[in-house]
Amino acid sequence: MLQWNRTMEVSPFKSTLAEHNLALVRRPTDTLQVNLGYLCNQVCKHCHLDAGPGRTENMDAETVEEVVAYAARGSFKTVDITGGAPEMNPHLVGLIEKLSSIGSKIMLRSNLTALKERMDQLIGPLKSNGVAIITSFPSLNEFQTDSQRGKGTFDETIETIRILNQKGYGGDGNGLELNLVSNPTGAFLPSSQEQAEKRFHAILEKKWGIRFNSLYNFANVPLGRFRRWLVKSGNFESYMQKLVSSFNPCAVEGLMCRTLLSVSWDGYLYDCDFNLARGLPMCGKKIHISEMPGPPEPETPIATADHCYTCTAGAGFT
Amino acid sequence: METYYKPEDLLKFEEIGKEAPELAKKFFDYYAAVFAEGELTEREKALIALAVAHAVQCPYCIDAYTKGCLEKGASPAEMTEAVHVVTAIRGGASLVHGVQMRNIVEKLSM
Repeated sequence: MLQWNRTMEVSPFKSTLAEHNLALVRRPTDTLQVNLGYLCNQVCKHCHLDAGPGRTENMDAETVEEVVAYAARGSFKTVDITGGAPEMNPHLVGLIEKLSSIGSKIMLRSNLTALKERMDQLIGPLKSNGVAIITSFPSLNEFQTDSQRGKGTFDETIETIRILNQKGYGGDGNGLELNLVSNPTGAFLPSSQEQAEKRFHAILEKKWGIRFNSLYNFANVPLGRFRRWLVKSGNFESYMQKLVSSFNPCAVEGLMCRTLLSVSWDGYLYDCDFNLARGLPMCGKKIHISEMPGPPEPETPIATADHCYTCTAGAGFT
Repeated sequence: METYYKPEDLLKFEEIGKEAPELAKKFFDYYAAVFAEGELTEREKALIALAVAHAVQCPYCIDAYTKGCLEKGASPAEMTEAVHVVTAIRGGASLVHGVQMRNIVEKLSM
């Protein structure tokens, strides 16, 4: 439904929470998200981290060992590996194997083009450790996808999904999950996740004979390269107003930062990847994982800023 | 430069309810019901609305439903085809009246 509301000024996120008698605090943390660095083979326009080929931030072997040790101390149910392009970190396979041996379920966020280039060396460890792959798939339209992710990425993504399907990913019940994340290709909010998932299943199968397990919609966060694009294109103010006017207090309950902890390429802790991008450390000060005995305590307050309106817009995004 | 149409006026639409508030309420409630998911999906309805917006050439509706279609996951290619549907129907509506013209020509001509 369209909103005919008047324009609004952007209130600080904390104030909006307070107006609704809400406080954003942690529940028991069950997911450790590991950002292996900002090096990436793509330069996606919606990237909140400004990742790209020129970046040099890449997790070193020592920090990888500390991540594994912390994952063991924290007994995290899930470890979510992200970047940049995590495939471009030379320690990825070692990290996966060590995390798997301590019993964590592992997810790998892949743009698929970096995975395709390294398929022979990575597919074995991914399959044998039951790693779930989650990839960006913004649109069923080639023009829209390439405009966001780069020329040729649509075709390459389709081809890589086909290869992954042949290797066993994306089927039913074999534990090799292939999930899609769809971000809008511009300054607008995503469509209904349930409807998008149905459409994507039907059309990807019919047109390209490829399949996946689940689709997640996620709004673009006004940080990094996307923020600069919003400002340059004259969309920043209207996009922020859209996020603010779409604030849904019911979405606060299920926010991912309540159960997820993010660790940066150099080993410091953040409440989520977006706070990492914003430079907002957990508890307001830089804490290294080597200093943490375990997960943060429940009820620990979560750092917030205006980009948090993204995750609470509409149905919310988890 | 002065202009009849200002994009920010769309946000004042609900002010029409300041006079005849009951009629406005009936209209906006009906509007919301029309665009809710039904036999047609919200996306399909947004594309239809976009097409109709071009048929009646309402700049407010074109603005609103261009954004609405993008938010419902429609692509620019689908939206362009919808505009062509409008063009085909509007053009066809003129062209088919040519049958009436031809009927009269036949009646009056030797």
